Amino acid sequence: MKQKYLIRSASSLLGFMVITSQNVWADIQPYNMTEGVSDISNQVFGLHMLIFYICCVIGVLVFGAMAISIYRDRKSKGVTAAKFHESTSLEFLWTAVPFIILIGISIPSAKVLIAMEDTSGAEMTVKVTGYQWMWRYEYVDSDIDFYSILKTPRDEIYNKAEKNENYLLEVDNELVLPTNRKIRILLTSSDVLHAWWVPALALKKDAIPGYINQMWTVIDEPGVYRGQCAELCGRDHGFMPVVVRALPPEEYDQWVLDQEKKNMASSSKVNDKKVVEVTDSQVALNN
Amino acid sequence: MSTTTADDHHDEHHPSGMMRWITTTNHKDIGTLYLWFSFIMFFIGGFMALIIRTELFQPGMQFVDPQFFNSMTTMHAIIMIFGVVMPAFTGLANWLIPMMIGGTDMALPRMNNWSFWILPFAFTMMLSTLFMDGGGPAGGWTLYPPLSLQTGDALPFVIFAIHFMGMSSIMGAINVVATILNMRAPGMTLMRMPLFVWTWLITAYLLIAVMPVLAGGVTMLLTDKFFETSFFNAAGGGDPVLFQHIFWFFGHPEVYILILPSFGVVSSIIPTFARKPLFGYSSMVYATASIAFLSFIVWAHHMFTVGMPLAGQLFFMFATMLIAVPTGVKVFNWISTMWRGSMTFETPMLFSIAFIILFTIGGFSGLMLAITPADYQYHDTYFVVAHFHYVLVPGSIFAIIAAVYYWLPKWTGHMYNEFWGKTHFWLSTIFVNVTFFPMHFVGLAGMPRRIPDYALQFSDYNQIATIGAFGFGFAQLIFLWLVIATIRGGAKATDRVWEGAEGLEWTLTSPPPYHSFTTPPNVEAELGLASHK
Ligand code: HEM
Ligand SMILES: [Cu+2]
Ligand SMILES: [Cu+2]
Repeated sequence: MKQKYLIRSASSLLGFMVITSQNVWADIQPYNMTEGVSDISNQVFGLHMLIFYICCVIGVLVFGAMAISIYRDRKSKGVTAAKFHESTSLEFLWTAVPFIILIGISIPSAKVLIAMEDTSGAEMTVKVTGYQWMWRYEYVDSDIDFYSILKTPRDEIYNKAEKNENYLLEVDNELVLPTNRKIRILLTSSDVLHAWWVPALALKKDAIPGYINQMWTVIDEPGVYRGQCAELCGRDHGFMPVVVRALPPEEYDQWVLDQEKKNMASSSKVNDKKVVEVTDSQVALNN
Repeated sequence: MSTTTADDHHDEHHPSGMMRWITTTNHKDIGTLYLWFSFIMFFIGGFMALIIRTELFQPGMQFVDPQFFNSMTTMHAIIMIFGVVMPAFTGLANWLIPMMIGGTDMALPRMNNWSFWILPFAFTMMLSTLFMDGGGPAGGWTLYPPLSLQTGDALPFVIFAIHFMGMSSIMGAINVVATILNMRAPGMTLMRMPLFVWTWLITAYLLIAVMPVLAGGVTMLLTDKFFETSFFNAAGGGDPVLFQHIFWFFGHPEVYILILPSFGVVSSIIPTFARKPLFGYSSMVYATASIAFLSFIVWAHHMFTVGMPLAGQLFFMFATMLIAVPTGVKVFNWISTMWRGSMTFETPMLFSIAFIILFTIGGFSGLMLAITPADYQYHDTYFVVAHFHYVLVPGSIFAIIAAVYYWLPKWTGHMYNEFWGKTHFWLSTIFVNVTFFPMHFVGLAGMPRRIPDYALQFSDYNQIATIGAFGFGFAQLIFLWLVIATIRGGAKATDRVWEGAEGLEWTLTSPPPYHSFTTPPNVEAELGLASHK
């Protein structure tokens, strides 16, 4: 095990600066940003890699120059120091070139950002509300409405039982969403700030009391995508995960029907009770 | 004291023992007080960091309660920022600025005494909140409401402590400005000042501009909590996001307050050990000034995820990216200073070189964070933690350590032990990377910051980081021991100390006389400038 850590960390260190062998990449894949399963998340990943590579190239040049100088310009080698201490053209060059590179990066970044902010034309809407410490999901287009709470048992957290593979990333009720539909997500909070984050969808936004924030996604592939609250919200901030289960559209529609049926069943029960209550009070009144 | 300057008789008048330190108005004494205060707080803040890293060594809750964990992250940050880096820079400013500009002392010596002595009270008050009902502050150093308003009895004490720290910084800053503008020896024109003086002058203006903003923000928290105002309470018509704007309008200039004086330190050290004048002096000054200006218009890059309008996000993205330009100019200038020099690698030089490399890595991750769509993924993860630790630990802290090694022989009259200095350097540099480099990866892989427990896939790298943190912590004990040993004795330092050292402070004896320059030095002669230039 120890050896594995060593190898992995050493290769990752290398990987950050020198992009060489296929092997190194295979090893650090899980420790890079996820490419995700939506068009936007792929684009965000692309931007991340683009800027990362640009930094690598600049890094190699800058640190390379430094290494040459450290190797060559040593007093112990008997060199005497040159006297130059300015050069207008050089200084102009290294102000202008970074500026141009930055313009080059800012264009694709702005494009992705504009796309991310375009919530128009959504086919369905889910309202997410943050609570200390759980999430509430309301499907605005149907009357599905439930809370989602960490499912990991206390014994696992307090090391009395073995931790399962989804430790801290599992909830009792997952947010079920369809693939291939534009989904709008509204965010708010009932107490303090929270942030709803699913890395695979590149969705992260703050849930703020008194505000309704929005974001959107189209999920490309069915699957289970896990994330966490990403804004400090008090004692159990580390214990309010987000789990999204993406189903193909037909299965999703079926799920909605099932849920509504279940709701009908339970809400008719509630209604019955209400009726009973009403008649009770009426009885009381009549007496 | 072995000096025979005209003012020796002054020395006989000060009180001795504790009273000397409590009543002192001398810039060197106050500088020493600031530096020791900072050093002590460094170990307290570091101890808290080790509590955090111990809990994070493995998944699962092992040692502390989550609430206490949160108060550790909160206190650690406040102590390191307000109790370590800022006082250390003020200590350096006190010691060095009068000597560098050919002055006697700071311009406002009594206020100088006061601005230091506020600090121990402020921090005692803040630390005492750990023992109060409800524990210490646990809402993060950013104090975002509504969460920070859930703090127990600690809240008013923390807010008053922040007020005191702010007053101390503002007084210190006013003193620096007054000193630089009024106390320069004839011939010490602004554009001949060492960069350390320049960067501090600009930092002082930043402090004067933004500390009152923080004070206003936290006072509004106070009235929201105790006097039923609703500045930040949505239910009362207020706006929780307003606090974030106020906080970061202070907060982003603040991060430059934490780095600009380091730029000055490194700009002094590199030329000395490269035996070559600083490359691009005037562009360094302009770059510092433009960084300071830009730092006022980028604050919202800390809050891209709050749901700002598109135009706002675009503006803050572009402005933030722009900061990379003057920052790059500085790095290029330092490397050009080394280029074709005649270098030796004493401890201060080693720390400065590590500063350049590792600060630049922090700058790279800063540039990545500036890309708004990507920041949606990075924000509030360990990637951000890695970023700011790279700019603050091997950035600000390394520069402070480099400064101590560089000027300690001047201050004490003794050389430190080079072997142990280098050992300290290598251990610090290795362990700082072992600690913070893996945080980039867990952050990218999806680990949020400020959590006491994490999913299993983050275990390996967290373990490495914890090992690194302990190594780094223990390496600093060498530093502590070495500083004490150097104060007590050691090889006698010459006045110039370093072969390549330039600047007025090196024309004084080592250690320097109690009052630096009682008669103005001949600046042109001392700096080897032709006076007609
Ligand atoms: C090239 C220059 C820099 C750029 C472009 C940059 C950019 C950023 C951005 C965009 C963030 C917000 C990340 C997020 O929360 O999502 C950030 C966070 C931070 N940066 Fe930098 N940064 C730079 C240099 C510095 C320097 C010099 C320092 C201090 C010495 C610094 C200290 C911090 C701190 C402390 C935070 C985190 C604050 C918090 O949320 O607690 N940065 N930086
Ligand atoms: Cu949270
Ligand atoms: Cu900032």
